[in-house]
Order: sequence, then C-alpha cells, then structure tokens
Amino acid sequence: MKRTATRYRNIALEVCAWLLGIIMMLPIYIMIVNSFKGRKEIFTNTFGLPDSWSFAFYAKAMEKMNFLTAFKNSLIVTAISICLIIIFAAMTSWMLVRMNNKLANLILLVFVATMLIPFQSVMIPLMQYMSSWDIPAIGFSMVNTHYGLIFMYIGFGLSMSVFLYHGFIKGVPVALEEAAMIEGCNKWQTFWKIVFPMLIPITMTVGILNLLWIWNDYLLPSLTLSSPTLRTIPLSTFFFFGEFTIQWNLAMAGLVVSIIPVIIFYLFAQKYIIKGVMAGAVK
Amino acid sequence: MKSLKRSLNNKLMAAVFIVPSLFIFINVVLVPFVMGLIYSFTDWNGFKFAGSHFVGFTNYAQIFSDTKFMTAFGLTFKYAFFMIVFVNVIGLSLALLVTSKIKTKNFLRSVYFLPNLIGGLILGFIWKFVFTKFFVQVGDMVGSDSIFFDWLDHPTAAFWALVIVGTWQMAGYVMIIYIAAIQSISDEVLEAADIDGAGKWYRFRKIVFPLIMPAFTISLFLTLSGSFKQYDTNISLTGGGPYGSTELITMNIFNTAFNLNQYPLAQAKAIVFFLVILIVTVTQVVISKKREVEQ
Repeated sequence: MKRTATRYRNIALEVCAWLLGIIMMLPIYIMIVNSFKGRKEIFTNTFGLPDSWSFAFYAKAMEKMNFLTAFKNSLIVTAISICLIIIFAAMTSWMLVRMNNKLANLILLVFVATMLIPFQSVMIPLMQYMSSWDIPAIGFSMVNTHYGLIFMYIGFGLSMSVFLYHGFIKGVPVALEEAAMIEGCNKWQTFWKIVFPMLIPITMTVGILNLLWIWNDYLLPSLTLSSPTLRTIPLSTFFFFGEFTIQWNLAMAGLVVSIIPVIIFYLFAQKYIIKGVMAGAVK
Repeated sequence: MKSLKRSLNNKLMAAVFIVPSLFIFINVVLVPFVMGLIYSFTDWNGFKFAGSHFVGFTNYAQIFSDTKFMTAFGLTFKYAFFMIVFVNVIGLSLALLVTSKIKTKNFLRSVYFLPNLIGGLILGFIWKFVFTKFFVQVGDMVGSDSIFFDWLDHPTAAFWALVIVGTWQMAGYVMIIYIAAIQSISDEVLEAADIDGAGKWYRFRKIVFPLIMPAFTISLFLTLSGSFKQYDTNISLTGGGPYGSTELITMNIFNTAFNLNQYPLAQAKAIVFFLVILIVTVTQVVISKKREVEQ
C-alpha cells in the first residue's frame, strides 16, 4: 500500500521535474526554430517548427559577425588567461603558505580583501591608467590588444584563484616537498615536479570558474578592444545583434552560433564543470 | 657564508614565485582603485589628471541630487531582493528534485544548469525575442494581452523581465551548491528520522534545512553580489529602457562616465557602489554565519 503511494509520488515528481526542464528550455527552443524561419513565417508563427530547414541564415550570420575570427579571438584570450592565472596563482599561493610569516599573511590579505571590489569601481581609472602604458615606437599598447586584455584578466582573476589555491595547499603535507629538497631539488623544481601535480583537483576548479567568467565577459573587452578584428564572441554578438534586430531570423542564427561552442564544451566537460562549481562554493 | 648565500637564494626564489602575480595584481586592481578614490574628490576631465582640482565632497553631494542615480539605486535593491527570493527558492527546489528518487535526475540536473553557461549578454538577447515577439504572438492567439504583451515596452513589466531572466540564469548555479550540501548529509541521519516516524516536511525543516545552512550563506552571498553587479542582461535585454526605467546602478555608472563624460561624478558613484556592496554582503554573511552556529 505504502509502496504504491511512494511510486505514484515519484512519478508525479518526475513529471514536475520534466515540466520545469521544458519550461526552462523553451527560450532555447524558440531561438533555434526561429533561426530557420523566413520573415513572414516569424511574423505569423514563432512557436512551431519551421517549414524548411535551410541554413542560409546561419551562413549569412556567421559571415556578418565574423564568427570564425571572433571564435579564435575568444579561444586565444580565454586559454592564455586561464593558463597564466593558474601558473601565477598556484606559484604565489604555495610560496605564501610555506613562508607563513607576517609578510605572507599581509600579501594574502591584500589578495583576498579586494575580492569584493566590483569591476565598475575600478574600470574608469583602469582604462586611463592602461592607456598610459604605451610605447608607440615598438607598437606596444595595453589597450586594443589581446595581450593587454589578458594582462587585465590575470589581474582580476588572481584574487579568487589565490584564495582557492591557498585554502587547498594548507591541507597538502610538507613531507614530500622536504624529501625532494633533501634529494637536491631547488624550490622551482620541487614546485613543478612534486607540488603542482598534487594540486590538480583545485586547478580544475580554478580553471573552470575562470573559464565561465572570461569566456562570457562582455564589459572589459568592450572597453579595451576597439578594432573589429580583435572582437571576442560576446563583443561581436553585441554589435551584430544591434545591427540586425529587425532581421530576427538572422539575429537568432547568430545567437545559436555563438552558444554552440559552450554547448559542445558542456557535453564533454559537464562532470568537471559541476564538480568545479561545487568545490568552488564550499570555500 | 654558505647559509647567507642560501638565505639570499631563498629570498630570490620567493620573489620569483610572488612578484609577477603581485605586480599584475597591483597594477590592474590596486592602483586603479586608489586612483579612483582620489579622482572622486576632484574635477578630473577623464583624460589628463594634471591640472585637476581638489573639490572635496562635491561629487558625492551631487550624487544625492541625481534623481536618476537614486532611482537606479532603489531599483537595484528591489532587483536584488526579488532575485534572492526567487533564485534561492527555485534553486533549492531544483536541488531537492534532482536529489530525490526520480530516474532522470542526472540529465535534468544538466538541463537546469545549462542557462548558467550562456553568458548574461546572450541570454538577454534570447529573451528579448521571447518577450517582444513570442509573447505578443501568444497574446494575439489567446485573444488577451493581460499576460502576453510586449513586456519590454512597459516599465514595470520590463523590470520583472529582468528578474525572470536573472533567475533563469542563476537558479542553476545555486542549485549545484545546494546539491553539494544535500548530498553531504549522511543517509543514516535521514534513516534515523524515518524510523522515528518523522514526516517528509518535518524531516526537511528539522534535519535537512539546518544541515544545509552553510550552503544557504554562500548562495545568498552569491545571489546578492551577483544581482548588485548585474550589467550584461540589463544592457542586452532592456538597455535600461523603456525611457530609462530599468537602469540598474552599474548601467548608471557606465552611462555617467562614457556617455555623459562626467568622469569624477561616475567615479564617486562607483565608490559608493563599492561601499554598498561591502556593507550589504558583509552584513549578510555575518548574520547567516551567526544563524549557522545557533542552529
């Protein structure tokens, strides 16, 4: 008797859960079907499946938003930023934990205390300050370049990353490192050969959390990058959408294209993403 | 002699490990922050600082007579309040659903989390179509425009559109945090409650809820700071419109600086914004932590 009641309740729960899922996916569905529809069809029917599945709008949208360039730019900026954030944050955090003196604590405090500063509070002087780092003779400039943008991402990403690494490294035993030093490794070798491999779980978390943020970031690149050829995906989507809001089919096709990389990544790395978010939040 | 060399070597190594990070961090975050603090007390023109004058609290005083900013300020608080309620209620419900005994929970968990991966900017654009085209068409079909009209064309509805899209984006994220907390509750505790004859609701209120209090603290903190810092969906979904009625603080600061070119005023607003976030989030964490201990 009780068993059937539980079974019915589970079925009801399952139906509820699916309904919620369908409602949450509805905007995605609407975006996809309308990317195939002609102007007239959108005007009369935004919900149903399209009459024909033509990829014409996709080809045009990809060309207009310069998608392949934008994708390449996003990939370069995100990948290099994350690698450097990981390298710098891991090295610094390890040294801070092992030094464990007043200076180290002060440096840690500076990194962590600034985590609450919102980007808007520094963006105006940052833009002025970074434009002053400029050597025209050799073509060096921090604004309107990818390396300048990467430099700023590292600066903004370090706080949280140092915080996460520091918390993790405190729980890593010193014994192995001491053994390596006795065998004649210096600190540099000890770190890369012994310590860094032990940090892989937290490195995944740091990488994922920074990835979610940097890949989708719009405001910082919108302030620093002015050349269309340097635009990242959010930036080129923004300009493209502003230009084609009247042509909704084209706009929708552009949006679908810009989220495809994320969806593909999600299919493969889902487990790590969810683990990363969980581990990042526990701290 | 040897020990001196070694200590020098150690210092050098420490510098190699720490100085590059510190250099970047100081130049990207600390220097601009201090610069901003100074600029907010001057009549800086946005370009060369040389030649600017110290004007005391003039910019800060001007903030309070800036009705647009005060409106944006109030709206941001309202937005943050509803976001906290909706995101956490829905996020926790989703977490309870996918930790229950339903069969497709892993798949559904991925579905619920998906919107969070798509950046706020693109999410806003997707929903813009939903609100302006799909809603209007459904309204025509149903023959009633009481719910289904162009939400972005109406100040109050546009605000709720922002809340809905924000919730859609963040609920999946806090769901993950609640799942982690729920899964860490040992089965034995729950079984013991079952044996003692505790009902489902009683079990949730007296056992599950207190044990996930730490997740609550974190989720509240993330929704609170996330809502205050919201900019991307604001610019893509409503663009502050209609008639500037949905401008949140971040957009007001941006517009003051880069559209009106009132840099020192914008910077003063940015400092106020920082102080508000600091006070609100620290208060929230202190209160939540205290409750965790009491539970």
